[in-house]
Amino acid sequence: MASADGQTSAKPQQATPREEGWHEIVLRTLKRNEVDLVPYVPDRVLTPLIKSLHADPFFTTFATAREEEAVGVLSGAWMGGRRGAMLMQTSGFATLANVLASLVVPCQIPLIMFVSERGTLGEFNYGQSLVCRTMRPVLDSLAMEHHTMTRLDELEFTVDRSIKQAVATQAPVALILSPLLTGGKVFDK
Amino acid sequence: MSAPMTTSPVRNTKVMNRFDLTSRLVAKLKNEEAVIGGIGNTNFDLWAAGHRPQNFYMLGSMGLAFPIALGVALAQPNRRVIALEGDGSLLMQLGCLTTIATLAPKNLTLVVMDNGIYQITGSQPTPAQHADLVAIATGCGLSNSSWAADEGDFERLMDQALAADGPALIAARIDDEPGTGTTKRDPVQIRERFMLGLGVRQPL
Repeated sequence: MASADGQTSAKPQQATPREEGWHEIVLRTLKRNEVDLVPYVPDRVLTPLIKSLHADPFFTTFATAREEEAVGVLSGAWMGGRRGAMLMQTSGFATLANVLASLVVPCQIPLIMFVSERGTLGEFNYGQSLVCRTMRPVLDSLAMEHHTMTRLDELEFTVDRSIKQAVATQAPVALILSPLLTGGKVFDK
Repeated sequence: MSAPMTTSPVRNTKVMNRFDLTSRLVAKLKNEEAVIGGIGNTNFDLWAAGHRPQNFYMLGSMGLAFPIALGVALAQPNRRVIALEGDGSLLMQLGCLTTIATLAPKNLTLVVMDNGIYQITGSQPTPAQHADLVAIATGCGLSNSSWAADEGDFERLMDQALAADGPALIAARIDDEPGTGTTKRDPVQIRERFMLGLGVRQPL
């Protein structure tokens, strides 16, 4: 996917002494891009990222009661000159069609969304697997950029380039964290 | 003393007018305060009270005036931010009151225009016929929440809120008049002009 612009050579090398976890890479890449406001509606898979965001004074991170509330906060913050990103799971994304279509897209807000993907690759809850199928059609119907991140060695490239593109083009992006990357949530947890 | 038989709580607050209160509010703004107008009539009356570069007019996303204002307040802690929301809109997003109470930004004032109806869709009553929005806000942790008894009290509460060092919520009972103006529905221009007004952007 990232090779579409012919820049595959810029991909980070895999040979690191101790491989960073996905959440460490995401945190570091947010910081590098001066994204410091991170509201979230929690998800089991996101917990290590949420913990490390709270532990790092660079970030202002907090829970919101609903996902669309976080979209409002980030839209206001962007207009006020502050960058942010939100964290949620698939079912939370499913609540966002109205705010994306009525605020984010028409106002050209570079909303950066991380979605922990439930509902596929070993889902045990039928409702989650159904709601997951609504996510990409909603994104595609609004012509919104989205990437499904499955590999650790592509993660930094995808996150870094997507944040920069969102800001430069004033367009939202959804970064979907696949169970192939995170391990997902399984029945015995 | 026996109270009259009624299904509604007894209130000692005057029924005021949204455009009048909005005009009184805007007249107080001398320091380039940001104002976020919610969907519909709060927005229309903000527009009609006279455009300011620091006004943002929300055209959809019902219920998000307070969260948007929170975001502006977090981005620009030295600027006062005011949000105007209708009671029906607030009911869509009551949870945001808990978020605002937890973050407790020093520069955020929340105004609720409560007429008990969805005026713009045909004046249907909201489900909150037995609710007290100030009690709800207080219960969410916004201790500095008050009903405005009349216009003079609204102005007094607004003066206090603009000098407070924590979030404030002011609720006003209003009549069923529709909005006075109609906001020009140009979302990109509204957003860009707001960013210019907040000093985030420079003109081309």
